[in-house]
Amino acid sequence: MIYSFIFAFIVGGLICVIGQLLMDVGKLTPGHTLSILVVVGAVLDGFGLYEYLIDFAGAGATVPITSFGNSLTHGALAEAEKHGWIGVLTGMFEVTSSGISAAIVFGFIGALLFKPKGTID
Amino acid sequence: MNEQRYQTIEQQISPKPPVAMNMLKAFLVGGVICAIGQAISYFYIIFFDFTEQTAGNPTVATIIFIAMLLTGFGLYRKLGQFAGAGSAVPVSGFGNAVISAAIESRTEGFVLGVGSNMFKLAGSVILFGVVSAFFVALIKLILVTIGVVSW
Repeated sequence: MIYSFIFAFIVGGLICVIGQLLMDVGKLTPGHTLSILVVVGAVLDGFGLYEYLIDFAGAGATVPITSFGNSLTHGALAEAEKHGWIGVLTGMFEVTSSGISAAIVFGFIGALLFKPKGTID
Repeated sequence: MNEQRYQTIEQQISPKPPVAMNMLKAFLVGGVICAIGQAISYFYIIFFDFTEQTAGNPTVATIIFIAMLLTGFGLYRKLGQFAGAGSAVPVSGFGNAVISAAIESRTEGFVLGVGSNMFKLAGSVILFGVVSAFFVALIKLILVTIGVVSW
């Protein structure tokens, strides 16, 4: 069990290092960096490789934003296997829904609870 | 002064980002967030009916909830200043982008402010994730249909 924490730490940390390199060396904005990482996750799942990374690293692979692209492709492929063409669209958010719905719900609750700070410190 | 010369001078003067130090910070903070995520997924595996494969979903939701609290109290911005990509790349960074945009635009009202600005920062992640997933799935479906690869 302790090894799974170490693998999650190392793999998750390395994905963040790749993001930092894209920002510092590639001179990309955070928005471009995150978009690239999401696309990479989606493409990796197309080759069936992201599953191995999740088996190996657990949360080290599911917590970084690359897993978002992976789950989008994963849902689309699972439905496409069952229903063909139309499944590509209907299955897309099947797996990802928790991340987006959590962001929307907690974003709304956050806006109810917290006042904007608007200070620069 | 022509444009090229201006750019070379600008490059000489502007401070270089401390690449190695930034990488170390991003590695440590990103790694710690993922290790916390691992602890949360064990919580869901042990106390609820989740497997190693499916525990990712409630873990992501829990991390976004924590990100809401940190964003609301203004702590996530401080973490971001220290960690750079280490706090931006995990889903907590995605949550922070949505939630901070929602809180900031609250003064414009809930429909026109919060509703329409929520995905101002995080929208590009959703757009390119969905579009790339669409094309990846479509290409794979075509390849399977003509018999090049199998599911």
